[in-house]
Parts: sequence; C-alpha cells; structure tokens
Amino acid sequence: MFANFMAWIDKRLPVTEAMNKHVVQYPAPKNFNFWYFFGSLAMLVLVNQILTGIWLTMNYEPSGDGAFASIEYIMRDVDYGWLLRYMHSTGASAFFVVVYMHMFRGLMYGSYQKPRELLWIFGMLIFLVLMAEAFMGYLLPWGNMSYWGAQVIISLFGAIPVVGEELTIWIKGDYVISGATLNRFFALHVIALPLVLVVLVFLHILALHEVGSNNPEGVEIKKKKGTIPEAEQSKFKFHKQYADKYDIVDAIPFHPYYTVKDIMGVAGFLILFCWVMFFYPEGGGYFLEAPNFTPANGLKTPEHIAPVWYFGPFYTILRVVPDKLIGAILMFAAIGMLFALPWFDRGVVKSIRYRSKLHLLNLTQFAICFVILGILGTLPATPVNNLIGTITTFGYFGFFVALWFYSKNENTKPVPERLTK
Amino acid sequence: MSNAPVNNGRRRFLTAATSVVGGVGVVGVAVPFIGSWNPSARAKAAGAPVEVNVGKIEPGQLIRAEWRGKPVYVVRRTEQTVADLAKIDDQLRDPNSEEPQQPEYAKNAHRSIKPEFMVALGVCTHLGCAPTYRKGDFNEVVEGVTDGFFCPCHGSKFDMAGRVFQGVPAPTNLVVPEHSFPDDNTLLVGVGQGEA
Repeated sequence: MFANFMAWIDKRLPVTEAMNKHVVQYPAPKNFNFWYFFGSLAMLVLVNQILTGIWLTMNYEPSGDGAFASIEYIMRDVDYGWLLRYMHSTGASAFFVVVYMHMFRGLMYGSYQKPRELLWIFGMLIFLVLMAEAFMGYLLPWGNMSYWGAQVIISLFGAIPVVGEELTIWIKGDYVISGATLNRFFALHVIALPLVLVVLVFLHILALHEVGSNNPEGVEIKKKKGTIPEAEQSKFKFHKQYADKYDIVDAIPFHPYYTVKDIMGVAGFLILFCWVMFFYPEGGGYFLEAPNFTPANGLKTPEHIAPVWYFGPFYTILRVVPDKLIGAILMFAAIGMLFALPWFDRGVVKSIRYRSKLHLLNLTQFAICFVILGILGTLPATPVNNLIGTITTFGYFGFFVALWFYSKNENTKPVPERLTK
Repeated sequence: MSNAPVNNGRRRFLTAATSVVGGVGVVGVAVPFIGSWNPSARAKAAGAPVEVNVGKIEPGQLIRAEWRGKPVYVVRRTEQTVADLAKIDDQLRDPNSEEPQQPEYAKNAHRSIKPEFMVALGVCTHLGCAPTYRKGDFNEVVEGVTDGFFCPCHGSKFDMAGRVFQGVPAPTNLVVPEHSFPDDNTLLVGVGQGEA
C-alpha cells in the first residue's frame, strides 16, 4: 500500500531519491563529536522561531500605539501567550548560542578551508541575516530599550559622509523612530528576512552535501576512485552520487546513525532550553532588558543603553573607536574578516589537532578576546573598560593578520591518511 | 530549423540590447519600492518646520514652540546676559560646544545665529525632562549666576546658552535644533541657515 503510494509519488517527484541522497545514504565521517550537535540544533531553533513567530503575529499589533500593549496582552490574556513569547525570546538567544558554537567548531577543525569556502560564506550570510533579524525583532515589543537600541544602531548610518543623514531618515521613514519604522521592521522581520534565511539554510546544506562534511580530524573521507581496496572501504551503501565518484572510507550513513545522535543532542539542549525558559525567561536581564518593560519614549533615554548580549562583541568594537565613522567601519570589518577567513588561512592542514602550537594559541586568544568583547558590550563605557576593549579589539583583528602570516609555512604535525579516532 | 548561417554578432547584440532594456525595467520597478520607504506625507507634515514670531518677545522672556513633538525654548537674551556667558566657562562641562549638540553655524560662544536669541530644545539631555527657566533666582542653585535652567527631575543645570554645568547628571549641552531667520521677526525651526 505505502510502497505503491511512494512509487506513484517517485514517478512524479524524486522524494525517495532526495531522501537517500541527503539523509539515508549520505556518507558522514564516523567521528563526529560534541561540536557537531550545533548544526542540527540551529535548524531546530529556526523551526521554533518560525512556529512561535507565526503564532505571536496572531495577537501582536504592529503599530506605535498598540505594540507595547499587545505584548502585555499576549503575556497576560492570551492562553499560553506567555509561553509562546518566552519560547520566541529565549529561542533568539539560544539561536546565537548554537550559531556561535557552530562557527567556533568550524574554526577549530578548519571547516572553512578549501573546498568548503562557499559553504562557509553561506554560513556567514546566515549569521548576517540572523543579526538583522534579531535587531529588527528587538524593536517590535516597542519597549524603551527597543527604541533606544534601534536609535543607536540606525544613527550609525548617519556617520556615512554626505548621504548619511538622508539615509537614516529613509530607513526610519520619519524624522524620529516612529510607528512607520516599527511597521517596516515588522514586515522585514516576519516575511522578508525569514524567507531569505530559509533559502540560505537550504543553500548551506546543499553546498555542504556537495563538498561533504569535514570532521574533527580534518581528514577527507572521500578518496580518489580506485585508490582504496574494496576491503578497506566503508561497508555501507551510499548514494551513487558519492559512491560512483569516490572510494569512501570511515563513513557511516547520516540516517540512522547521526539522526539518533542528534536526537540525543536535541534532548540535552531542550532540557537546558526549558530550564532557562521556565525559570529565567529574562535571562537575568540579558535576554529581555529591564528598560524594555516600560513603553518606548523618545524623550527618556535609558541610563545605560546596552545591546542584547549577542551583539556585545561588535558593539564594543564600535564603541572603543573614538571616531563614529571609523568605529562603524571597524564593526562591519569585524564581520567582513570572518567572511574572508578562508583566504586569510593559507594553510593546508585543517584540524587544530595537527596544526602548530602557535595556531592553538592564536585561536585561544581569539576566543578569549571575543568573550571579553561580548561582556564589555553589556557594561558601561568606563576608561578601564575602553582600554580592555581596545586591547581585545586588537586581539580580534590580530587573529586574522597573524594567521595570514604564519599559515603559509606553518610547523604542522603529520596528518594521518585515515580517521584514527 | 532554417539552415541559414548563424550571425553570432547579431545574436550577441540582441542579447545585450534585451538585457539593457530589461535592466532599465528592473530599475524602474525598484523606484516605487525604494521610494515608499521615504517619510510619508503625514510624517512630513508632522515634521515640518515651525515658524515662531520673535518680534514681540521682551528682553529676558522665554517662549515655547513645539517642533516634531518636542518643546523648543526661545529666549531673547539681554546684552548683559550674552556678555556674562564667557565668565562661567570654567564651571561648565563643554563650554566650547565640542560635542555635536548643535549645527555648525551655532558652534560659537552664544550657541545661536543671533547673540540675542537662544534657541534650544527644552529636553534635558539626562532623561528628557523639561528644564525650568529660572530668571533672576538661578543663584539659589548656582552661586553668582542670576539666570539659567534647572531641571526639576534630577537637578541638572544649564546656562543661558544651554550649556551644561559640571557635577550634574546631564552629560551634554542642550540640543540646538536647525534654525534660521527668514526675516528679522521670524524664527524658522527645522530649517538650517542657508538651507531653504
């Protein structure tokens, strides 16, 4: 019965074929570790954001007069409204947690290196759209921090010479941030950017399956056809798209092996997620900031305007530069450097396991600088904080510059032919 | 299928010409999408410049106008008041108006176009309260200075050019909006000098 039905479908749409190619017969390295949970977790959070987001729009009112009140209405009067909103707001922070972990995984194991440059760039585009999505979403509750946060970020564009001021008015649709701004951010947040995001995720996965997954060893599992004796090849049946082109070693099919593993990750993640969502939905003032519990007021600036934690590192880089325009350029450059990472790294050894001590140190200092920059972003700009911020900004950019210099002739360890562990 | 020889040059020309025409179409279609992001007629009306008749203001008097939802303070300063401004420079946080709280043409000792008229937003730069004009009794809060602005919310103090005193919560001078004088008796708030 079901077989007949699938046969009918497959004649008209290659469903089984696609499932085999991308899931059931997709060769994945056998040694994925903890760090490989975060890709599938990011997908899970994306689904959570889309679902809860759709439900929130059913009661949210995108207007300067009604937005704040409609959030209170969702929180107090709508059945389970509070839960849907907390799923969405906690999900936003969770999204950045898993994406940052996912990106750090890529840094550690060289997953951005040739031939995965385009895969990395799609990932970075996802990150960029995600930040725009989060920024616009944060305006929607129309709280006072929403308002002033948007004010600070939009006024950045005013630093652009000549057209800057006009540009900020065009973005706002008014001379101040108003209902007009709120409405367009709403449109972008719920329709435009999610569509772009979903398309980019699709392309990210297509590109991944074309070049194949990297792994903690940084050793390719797809060998040149005819170089590996039959007995040493992986015993599983892989899709002809991969098996016809390569001799595949040390691989297992994505399903059932990694689907089962990822379910483990999902379970662990959801325990943490629910713990935060039910007990600390405001994330100690870092997920939902205190001034946002009062309505937007263009005449009352909050005493200390801090971005949400996940923008912290970039906000600090912006702030430590005394010149507004250079600060803004440097902030965007910080993201631009990541885009260009595959070309900063001139090495051929991928995994941190076989790279030099110097690279280990460089990556460690980069991670530490990133975390410190993030913490500073949520603190007031005192002279001491600015000094630390300047040093860590140098650390952040220094990572890329140093990498470019030493990666050409790096003192690496011998890389094994096959996965060893 | 015709067997006539293929004219590649003509094909390339037609492809290019079609692309160019199509490109023009794309640009044309983009116009309304980009244009609709400009402030609407309603927003423009609400943000329109405001005319203030300054001919009838008595020396030392303050009048309030409203522009873009914010109060604008206009004070006709006496010559004595203007002359006294420089005397308290050492008590101020930003006496030379280094912070960009005013248009370039108002970055001077009296923070305005005409020394006679002070024009500033009546919005405290601390948390947005409206500072009170203390004419004659400002020396109750700052010794030896007769006139000034005192914010009742958190005690920030500003002088007769909207410059902030040291040791108060407000970080910067009061904002001087874009303004100009189309004629001697009219102040136009929202249009800068030499713009309109």
